[in-house]
Amino acid sequence: MAHSEEFQKLEGRIFTKSFFILLAVVLTGFFFVGVRFVKGIGAVSNMSDGYPWGIWITYDVATGTAIACGGYAVAILVYIRNRMQYHPIIRSAILTSMFGYGLAGFSVMVDLGRPWNAYNFFVPRQWQANSAMFEVALCVMAYSTVLMIEFIPAILTSIENSKWTRMNAIRNWLHPRIAPDQKTMEDKLEMVRLGAAWLNPRLNKVLIFFIVLGITLPTMHQSSLGSLLLIASTKLHPLWHTGFLPLLFLLNCIFIGYSIAILESLISSYAFKRPFEIKELSGLAGLIPYVTVIWFSVMVGDLIYRGQLAAAFKFDFYSRYFLSDFLLVAIGSLFMFSGKLRRSPRWLFISAAMIVFGGALYRFNVYLIGFNPGKGWRYFPSFAEVMITVGIVALEILAYKVFVALFPVLPNTSHGKSHGHAPAAEPVKEAGYAGAAALNTHN
Amino acid sequence: MKKQSRRDFLKLVGATGAGLVAAGSATCEANEALKVNNEELGMLYDATKCVGCKACMSACKRVNADYGSLSYEKARFDTDGLWDAPSDLSGSTRTLIKLFKESNKQWSYVKYSCMHCQKPSCVSVCPVSAMTKEPVTGIVDYNKNTCIGCRYCQVACPYNIPKFQWEKALPQIVKCDLCKNTNLREKGISACAEVCPAGAIKFGKRKDLLEEAQTRLKDNPDKYIAHIYGEHEGGGTNHIYLASMPFNKLGLPDIKPEAPAEFSEKIQHTIYKGFIAPVALYSTLCFIAVKNMKKHGHGEDDSHKKEEK
Repeated sequence: MAHSEEFQKLEGRIFTKSFFILLAVVLTGFFFVGVRFVKGIGAVSNMSDGYPWGIWITYDVATGTAIACGGYAVAILVYIRNRMQYHPIIRSAILTSMFGYGLAGFSVMVDLGRPWNAYNFFVPRQWQANSAMFEVALCVMAYSTVLMIEFIPAILTSIENSKWTRMNAIRNWLHPRIAPDQKTMEDKLEMVRLGAAWLNPRLNKVLIFFIVLGITLPTMHQSSLGSLLLIASTKLHPLWHTGFLPLLFLLNCIFIGYSIAILESLISSYAFKRPFEIKELSGLAGLIPYVTVIWFSVMVGDLIYRGQLAAAFKFDFYSRYFLSDFLLVAIGSLFMFSGKLRRSPRWLFISAAMIVFGGALYRFNVYLIGFNPGKGWRYFPSFAEVMITVGIVALEILAYKVFVALFPVLPNTSHGKSHGHAPAAEPVKEAGYAGAAALNTHN
Repeated sequence: MKKQSRRDFLKLVGATGAGLVAAGSATCEANEALKVNNEELGMLYDATKCVGCKACMSACKRVNADYGSLSYEKARFDTDGLWDAPSDLSGSTRTLIKLFKESNKQWSYVKYSCMHCQKPSCVSVCPVSAMTKEPVTGIVDYNKNTCIGCRYCQVACPYNIPKFQWEKALPQIVKCDLCKNTNLREKGISACAEVCPAGAIKFGKRKDLLEEAQTRLKDNPDKYIAHIYGEHEGGGTNHIYLASMPFNKLGLPDIKPEAPAEFSEKIQHTIYKGFIAPVALYSTLCFIAVKNMKKHGHGEDDSHKKEEK
């Protein structure tokens, strides 16, 4: 089997300067997490009974999972829209999704007041299907699991091809008396390798069903993230409170997903000094405006239908935030309509960033900025609260850097060069990933 | 090729979108209108009778302190801790009397505590059924042993009633349960209504309370605003109010007669159609994805057999 020709590990050291800077930020965040568990949520955050959800929910959960929708959006494209030429970018997209969702789950555990009762999600007697939160929680847990399963082939491939240099180094470092016997260890490791080689093709055959599950689940919970605020009809500003919240959130996460896939690819190419994957990215960028146009028409049509269009142009506090998110996404999409700008990494970066910021601002608008519980309530996140979120994001970047060095995640550049000029017609050789037995046959 | 792909993509997104829109806006035939149960227990608070003595607050804390995790709140000037002086409902206080003073002639007391809605938002949103509405008494109750502390009930409640213990390492939600496990069980009446010396709090069945309120409005039309707050607000509440001043000035929000929980549940149920929609979506996507895979090759006969099973 031709393993992972499509993907490669990143050569280079893991313990760089940026690694330790990120680590410091992570530790600061986790210090405050410790304070939260000892002294209560009030000790670290500015949340109140009026604003019971702060940036942990608004950013880490509602916005963070949308930003982690790269894997979802690219999977739709590759497997449902049958655009196999985008397959090389899917693994890094899935990896960031995995961290995004995993850490959203982690920050929920920080945010929950009584996390030890969370097992009730698995007690059918306690289920409450009317609650959008119940749906979101189960879906996010299931999706995180699916993402991990989707990532397993990369780990298995890595084990299969491993020369166990690190393991041997550890063995040599240990004192001879406690170090395991060379022969026994090699036998054991060989068994692990054989196990991985046995499991990998079998997993690949059924993987497509997990991948489709990984498309269904975000469709459900991303729309339900919008449904969460449906009930707050007296608190959420009429600019945002509409029965179409679920649909708007779903479309929102799709265009954020594509944009973030572009950003991730550009940033990692730049940071790891690899060539830009302009061909794939500009194709991806060409799709975004179509999604945003639908988003805009639903949003504006709904405002007209509810007679709230005038509120959007009042230029008061709410209207300004509404227009900012609207314009950021609109201008970013306009840039992407232009074929010429799409082929420039710089313009791609600018327009994708605008769309991500605009889309994220929309979610902030719904969860915090447009949320008014009544007179006398104020909310602005405290330093410790922000540091917990920043620490979690830093952990995400840190883990990404470690994973791309340990496992074949990033697109193989040499592979790309040899065939890369007409990716659509190119035989897809990859066998190490994603129903790949099925892809193996163009040659 | 490229044009084709875009058109296809548009079609797909359009179809998905249209489907969702149709689902989202379809009139919901399964939705039965909310029935108001006037046999449920509740309270009538008459702001014109209240003298602001706060006996209800003190009785509530005395009776529910242990069971409801309530505690005394010191005022800043009161270094000896002689008085319980909460400034608002909080993680230590379930009921509260406030004074609203517009001028020397225009003023009113107002009591805050759980409204015990006919269709409570907090019950509708709680993901683990820690908030429940008792079918017979209509009491909206909270069970700390299942609560996960997500605070969605606080987001959902239009009256801002559920409070969270922000300063505690092991916090819980605090809200009135009509003394269900304390005074109501022992004496058949909530503690606040039992001790009120001015007769401002009347405890009883909702139908009797509404009748009483209507009689008072008829007998003294000059004294009251001609409105029973809670009769229709948010689908109706079991804790109802009479007052001489507009209710929104007293901190009771203007709420439409439709219960917010009706609106959100209608949409959620329409989208999910009893879990049929997600299963249908999954099967359709599986079909498309497997078909796409087949297009790319013929060397995977086993997997096809597996799929057909």
